[in-house]
Amino acid sequence: MPLGLLKYGFKRDYPFEAEADIPAPSDLKPHYDVVIIGGGGHGVATAYYLAKYHGITNVAVLDKGYLGGGNTARNTAVIRSNYLTPEGVKFYSASVKLYENLSNEFDFNIMYSQRGQLTLAHTDATVRAFRQRAEVNKHFGGRTELISPDDIAKLVPMLNLNPANLPVLAGLWHKDGATARHDAVAWGYARGATQRGAQLHQLTEVTGIITEGSRVTGVKTNRGSIGAGAVIQAVAGHSALLAEKAGFRLPLVAYPLQAMVTLPVKPFLTPLVSSSALHCYVQQTSRGEIVIGGGSDPYPLYNSRATLPLKESLISSAVEMFPFLSEMRLLRQWAGITDMTSDYSPIMGLSPLDNYYLDAGWGTWGFKATPICGKTMAELVASGGKVPELIQPFELDRFNRFEQVNEMGATAASH
Amino acid sequence: MKILTCPLNGPRNISEFVYGGQVKRMPDTATASDREWAAYVFYEETNIGVVLEWWLHSPSSYWFIAERHNATDEIIRTFPADELFTQRVDFSSPEAPL
Repeated sequence: MPLGLLKYGFKRDYPFEAEADIPAPSDLKPHYDVVIIGGGGHGVATAYYLAKYHGITNVAVLDKGYLGGGNTARNTAVIRSNYLTPEGVKFYSASVKLYENLSNEFDFNIMYSQRGQLTLAHTDATVRAFRQRAEVNKHFGGRTELISPDDIAKLVPMLNLNPANLPVLAGLWHKDGATARHDAVAWGYARGATQRGAQLHQLTEVTGIITEGSRVTGVKTNRGSIGAGAVIQAVAGHSALLAEKAGFRLPLVAYPLQAMVTLPVKPFLTPLVSSSALHCYVQQTSRGEIVIGGGSDPYPLYNSRATLPLKESLISSAVEMFPFLSEMRLLRQWAGITDMTSDYSPIMGLSPLDNYYLDAGWGTWGFKATPICGKTMAELVASGGKVPELIQPFELDRFNRFEQVNEMGATAASH
Repeated sequence: MKILTCPLNGPRNISEFVYGGQVKRMPDTATASDREWAAYVFYEETNIGVVLEWWLHSPSSYWFIAERHNATDEIIRTFPADELFTQRVDFSSPEAPL
């Protein structure tokens, strides 16, 4: 053993502490200007942009588990903006633009890989819908086009163009489609936020919201109560449960979403491929594993257990698309709880409480929105409640006015 | 496969059933405000616990009600809808103005 290492063994302090990406845990302060509940990508991104653009650094990000341990780590890391509604396309395009430069901005590699996303159409109706999506995308500056089966065969030579006797008629080819290392996104934001003075408190569960009239004055946690000038909730699948603690209800239904990966193999698949009819998407990670995912479970549940029927249906679809996958072994599976809205758009902005802000309803579309979500939520909080134009369509009150943003371009929307 | 007991057909694989949302009390269609109607349409019980739900046995098109725990997935009881809905719901609405 090198003597240098032995020397550190006898030292009281960890010698590399100053270089650690995330500072060591500290005590909670009695008061913060902003308390962010949820240390996932959205929460730490909000803390990052609050510090970077608005100079607000007396910020605590609280997480009941660990950094990025919830849905940030459970999604399948797809980044795209080929949605259907103008509101959605504008919002997610802004997110893609931020993602493209994130590694440089952080000086921390998020392994952003813009390899394109291909969605297969198997019916005339889907082809028509895709044509509309391509036009809406182009209008708002995205790179999306409709391509023929011949082009698809060149792009993905291993793909079966007649999966489950549903011939591929066309494809929606989204060149901006990408993937990134989801943990790295959370760590990059957390590092940037904590370097600027924000605090990350892991293993700190919020057990109650302290209110005075219609204002929030603080939060109760398992480590004691703290005061707060403003509170943001960004807790994905547990959004509705936390809102109940704050005294109001959200129009959300929590469904499990299951996904899995195979053992790694040599690279054979560059784009992310999904089928609109088989409710399945397949992609190869930079490690070589094949990620298989699809829609949410058929009924609501606050539980990330695995079910065989969902695995069977996903795998049979994936094998139809890429028949040789039948020879492969699964490496692992997991599930997350998705907070689904009835219109497949998020709930962002003001809540029934004055200084309590919502970042919820992220269902199956949260990871790709991480940067723009953090940026707009930071703007909202820093301005004391002036809702940025980009997220105005997603306010909670839209349900009371029957003005939903019907986002049929969402992954689970075909279910 | 998880088993759900249909009050009409007995225990069946849960893949034969379709989830139909929570059982909610419908406000009076004639007098409900937009806000009350939105609350009825979009909002459900979201706390963890036992919830009342509509389920459909798809092959026989039979709708019934189940008591289920929304975190443990334990199905406590299933019963025919007429246990709760003892009389016909009258969908009266005011005359539309001409």
